[in-house]
This record gives sequence, C-alpha cells and structure tokens, in this order.
Amino acid sequence: MSKPVIATASLAGCFGCHMSILDIDERILDLIELVEFDKSPIDDLKKFSRPVDIGLIEGGCCNAENVEVLRYFRKNCRILISLGECAIMGGLPAMRNTIPLRECLEEAYLHSPTVAPEDAVIPNDEELPLILNRVYPCHEIVKVDYFLPGCPPNADLIWEALTALLQGRPLKIDYPILKYD
Amino acid sequence: MARKITIEPVTRVEGHGKVTIHLDDQGRVAQARFHVVEFRGFERFVQGRPYWEIPVLVQRLCGICPVSHHLAGAKAMDVIVGVGPGKLTPTAEKMRRLMHYGQMLQSHALHFFHLASPDLLFGFDADPTVRNIIGVAKTHKDIAVKGVLLRKFGQEIIKATAGKKIHGTGAIPGGINKSLTPEERDYFLKSPAPFNVETMIEWAQEAVQLFKKIHRENREVIDNFAHFPSNHLSLVRKDGALDFYHGVLRAVDAEGRKILNDVDYQDYLEYIGEEVRTYSYMKFPYLKKLGKEKGWYRVGPLARLNTCDFIPSPRAQKEFEEYKAYTGGKPNNMTLHSHWARLIEMLHAAEVIKDLLNDPDITGDKLVKKGKKKHEGVGLIEAPRGTLFHHYRINENDQVTMANLIVSTTNNNQAYNEAVRLVAETFIAGKPEITEGLLNRVEVAIRAYDPCLSCATHALGQMPLEVELYNAEGQLIDRKRK
Repeated sequence: MSKPVIATASLAGCFGCHMSILDIDERILDLIELVEFDKSPIDDLKKFSRPVDIGLIEGGCCNAENVEVLRYFRKNCRILISLGECAIMGGLPAMRNTIPLRECLEEAYLHSPTVAPEDAVIPNDEELPLILNRVYPCHEIVKVDYFLPGCPPNADLIWEALTALLQGRPLKIDYPILKYD
Repeated sequence: MARKITIEPVTRVEGHGKVTIHLDDQGRVAQARFHVVEFRGFERFVQGRPYWEIPVLVQRLCGICPVSHHLAGAKAMDVIVGVGPGKLTPTAEKMRRLMHYGQMLQSHALHFFHLASPDLLFGFDADPTVRNIIGVAKTHKDIAVKGVLLRKFGQEIIKATAGKKIHGTGAIPGGINKSLTPEERDYFLKSPAPFNVETMIEWAQEAVQLFKKIHRENREVIDNFAHFPSNHLSLVRKDGALDFYHGVLRAVDAEGRKILNDVDYQDYLEYIGEEVRTYSYMKFPYLKKLGKEKGWYRVGPLARLNTCDFIPSPRAQKEFEEYKAYTGGKPNNMTLHSHWARLIEMLHAAEVIKDLLNDPDITGDKLVKKGKKKHEGVGLIEAPRGTLFHHYRINENDQVTMANLIVSTTNNNQAYNEAVRLVAETFIAGKPEITEGLLNRVEVAIRAYDPCLSCATHALGQMPLEVELYNAEGQLIDRKRK
C-alpha cells in the first residue's frame, strides 16, 4: 500500500506554523517514514499528480493568489486543515481589516521616513497579484475540515492531529497543548 | 526573438516572490528582477496600539526569526521608556542575549542542514526528488540528526527565555519578564549527551569542517558562483568585535575601506535611505553617502564577517582567521561563502550560549528598570539574515503613531537582483532550452542569502519553481516545472 501524502501551503502567514511542524524535532525522522510529502507543496498546484490525503494551510487570504492556491488545495486534498490563528481567523494580518487598504499602502510607501519625497510611489506592476480589500480566514473561501488553533499551534498538537488522522483514531488532545494564543 | 522568463517560487522572504528575466532578440539578458509580491501593512495597523504591545505584535512578521523582531521592537521600546542601550540590568541584557544567540543557533542550523545542505551534498543538478532534506535524512542520516538536534537546542533555549519556541513574550520595555532557574540552566549544561551545550559546540565545529571539505572538493564552483563586488553593512561591537545583539553601524566597500564607522543607530535616518520601485513591494535601501546607484549593500553572515575585526570566542575566532586568510584579509564577495560564514557564526553562537549559561547573572532577579519617557526610539539588531531596523514614535497617550521597519531581507534586495542577473547571464543567456538544473541555480543564488520563507518551504520538500517562456507577443511557448 502506498504511503499517505501530505501537502502544506503558507498563504498570508509568517511561516511560524511551518516552523512549529519542524518543532516535532526528532519525530520528523519518523514522519518521513510514515508519509510522503508532496514534492511541490506550495505553489505548483497543477502538479498535484496524485490525490493528497492531508493538506495543511497556514495563513489566511490577503491577495488573489492566496485564494487561488487555497482553492487548488481544496480541490486536491481529501482532508484540509486550517493550521493556526491566521488560517482560522485571519490572525495578526487581519488587523488591517478596519483600515482602508489605500491608507496601509500610503503609510508604507509614501510616508516612510527613509523614503525621499521624490521617490515616494506605491508599487504597481502587472507582476504583483491583486491585494484583497481585507484578509479572509480560509473557511470563508473553501470548506475546511479541521482547525488547529494557536499562534503557532503547539508542535505536540500538530503531531497528535497528524498521527490520529493517519491511524484513523479520534484526537486525544491534552488541555495544556491546546492554546488560543 | 525576445522573450520573458518567469520563475515563480511562490513562497519567499516575508511573503511571496518571483523572478522575471527578459531576454532580447539575441538571447541576452535585458532585465532580471526579483519581485516580492505580498503586502501586509504593519506600518499602518500598529498605529494606535499601546507601545508595550509592540514586541509581541511585530514578531508576527516572521515565524522563522521572531526573536529578532521581538528584540528589535523591545530595544526601540527601551529607548522610549528611557532605559536605552547599555542601561538594562545585567540579568536582563544577558537573558536577551541568550535568547538571541539561541535563535542564531536554530536559524543557522535550519538554513544549513534543512535548506542548503541538499545542494551542497548532492550537487545543483542532482535528481530533484532526492535533492531535499528528506533525501539527506535517507542518505546522510547522521548529518540530518545533528541538524535537527542543533535546531532543537536553539529552540529550547528560546523557550526557556521567552516561554515559547515561536512568538514568546520574554522581552518587555526596559527589561525582561523572567530569568533562568538553576534547573533550566542545568538542563542545557548538564543533560546527558548529546543534548548539552558541549556537544552542540562540537557539532557546530563539525559543520564548519563539513563545509570546508565540500569547498575543497568543489572550489571552483563555490568561489565563482554569483561572485560580485558590493558594500557590506552590519552592527559591530564598539571595539570592532562581532556582536549579534548590540553595537554601532559599520559599512565597508568591496575593498574593505570603511564607508561608515562607529555610527550610533539612533541617527540611522542620516545614513540610510530607501528607494521604492514599482515592480516590488520590497524597498531598496542604500547608503545616503554613496547615493541610490552605488550605495546598495549586503547584510547577513557574509557582510558581518566582512565588517567585524574579530570574533570574541576562541574556536570561532580560529575559524575566522582561516576564513579571512582565504581572501587575503580583504572582504569576501563570494555569494556561496555565505554558508561558510554562517557556520562560523553558528559555532560562535554555541560558544556564547555556554558562556552565558555559566554566568551567575543569568539566574539573577533584577529584571526591569524604569527611566524618563521619550516619544521616539530606534532598535537595531543583527538578525540571522542581517541588520534589522525598527523605528517608532508614540504620542502622549502611549499609542504608536509611526512605525518604520527595514527588515534584513529588504537590506539584501539589490543583492538578490544582482545575483539573479549574474546567474541568468552566466547560465540562461543564449540557451534555447531551460533545464531543471538551471532553475535550481537561480534558487541557489537566492537561497544563499537565506530568505526566510524558502527555508521552510524547502524544509518540507523542495522549493517549487515554475518557469514560463513567452514570445515577444506575450504568447506562452514553453513551460517547465519542477
């Protein structure tokens, strides 16, 4: 029997959740025996040449590209997990949701004390994806099957969730490792 | 026929990035650009927040080196509460240093073992299904295990000082919120091998030897790859020593002549400017003294070992002398020597961690100081990837009114563009077909500067890349993926 396949993506996140996956430390060596990681976990979505069993999504959606990646993951993953605060609720980047987007751009590029007035311009290029009016949590865009909270989720929580899913048993989560920080 | 090549590694430093290369009719490189395509707006949305939230808010910029943002934010807030540089209690300063050097250890280990080692162990053209950390774990298990445990040791140090491995709360304006208990200290000093600081120093030393061995066997490739002159910038200790936590700004040119020396970073606005270019959300910093064209610089391990005079720990200093001798004491401008410099720094971090753990102040109880309030503060730190600038102003209600951030990766913006252009000119120009190994060379050049997100991407597989070839009418004529 072939091994279960795992894929991961970081959308509008800081990669802290991916770092927390690595914080399972030595168990990562066990994990790579148990599962296969998809070769292109992040952007090359058409390369999902086989069905993926578990997709882990870090970060919410702040631009059109995030939405596209998320939809491709949903289409190709049997189980989709929102990993961490940003995927679940938008997280810290969603602090911009109460502020008009233009103000955010003006503050960063027009009002910065290190930018000379004659250089002040807001980046605008066909290579840059469209920024959304606000930051959206993943489940407002696609159906999400599981939510692992935390900023970032505790490594033991990630390990327990993955092994429970792989073994087809209920999650057994001890209170100290489940945090909404 | 003129054409455009797009390389899209969606995940990139502090967001998502991609590379575009335009070739003219003769197949020469007309333009090569590195774009950062994500925008988050921290500068605006931290406005109105109370200043003491800053160290925990801004570390969410980056989950790979959150401690850097946490401490740079805290250092700026120290200035605001009137307990600026050098005025913290010895326990507070040493606990912060311990946290930071723990981070250096984990971040450098992550970069070398999880990210860079597959290229160096297997070669740029190796089978991409093997050329990743899983491949390393399967064929060089001892190296992978040491990498995982070195990183774990650094993360555990961060947890002991900040409460959590990622996004902790250790530093507060004017000090810290806890010191080490003797039990926590002894966990690192006296645990049975391998999980103790002595073993980590040995392993860090072995990693330096490993790079030197790879270098001996591939000297020409490593020395010539994306080798270009530039200025270099970092903090150095007042006496010229390497220091990751605090110091004065120093910049040298490609020949080692000092451009800036002994500069107090509270005055950084006098020396550093930023240019905005419409094709990237990442700005382009420059030294005002040299202007926009000539004033760009590199930061990070390569730059730090070019600016500092010596390393204040014995084993790393010995390696530093050998490293400097290789370029005859002149600045090292070889992109792939960043790995060598990074590993020497990792060894230094492990040595400093041992010294700090043995310092009685680390278990002290004087944690916070108060001073006379100011309304503006600048905090700088040497993050794993280079100099990090945080600058804030607050109002009479203690709310943040202005935030200006120049992150390490931004400081290297022009260097990425230079490296990409050089690799494109050397390996892509005039070639009718794009091979996978060629794509990887573009990655290798970017990766040497350790952009945050690619570490994580690569750590869980390989960095995805897509290259598209367009003809002059903009029609897609070829596409390659890996």
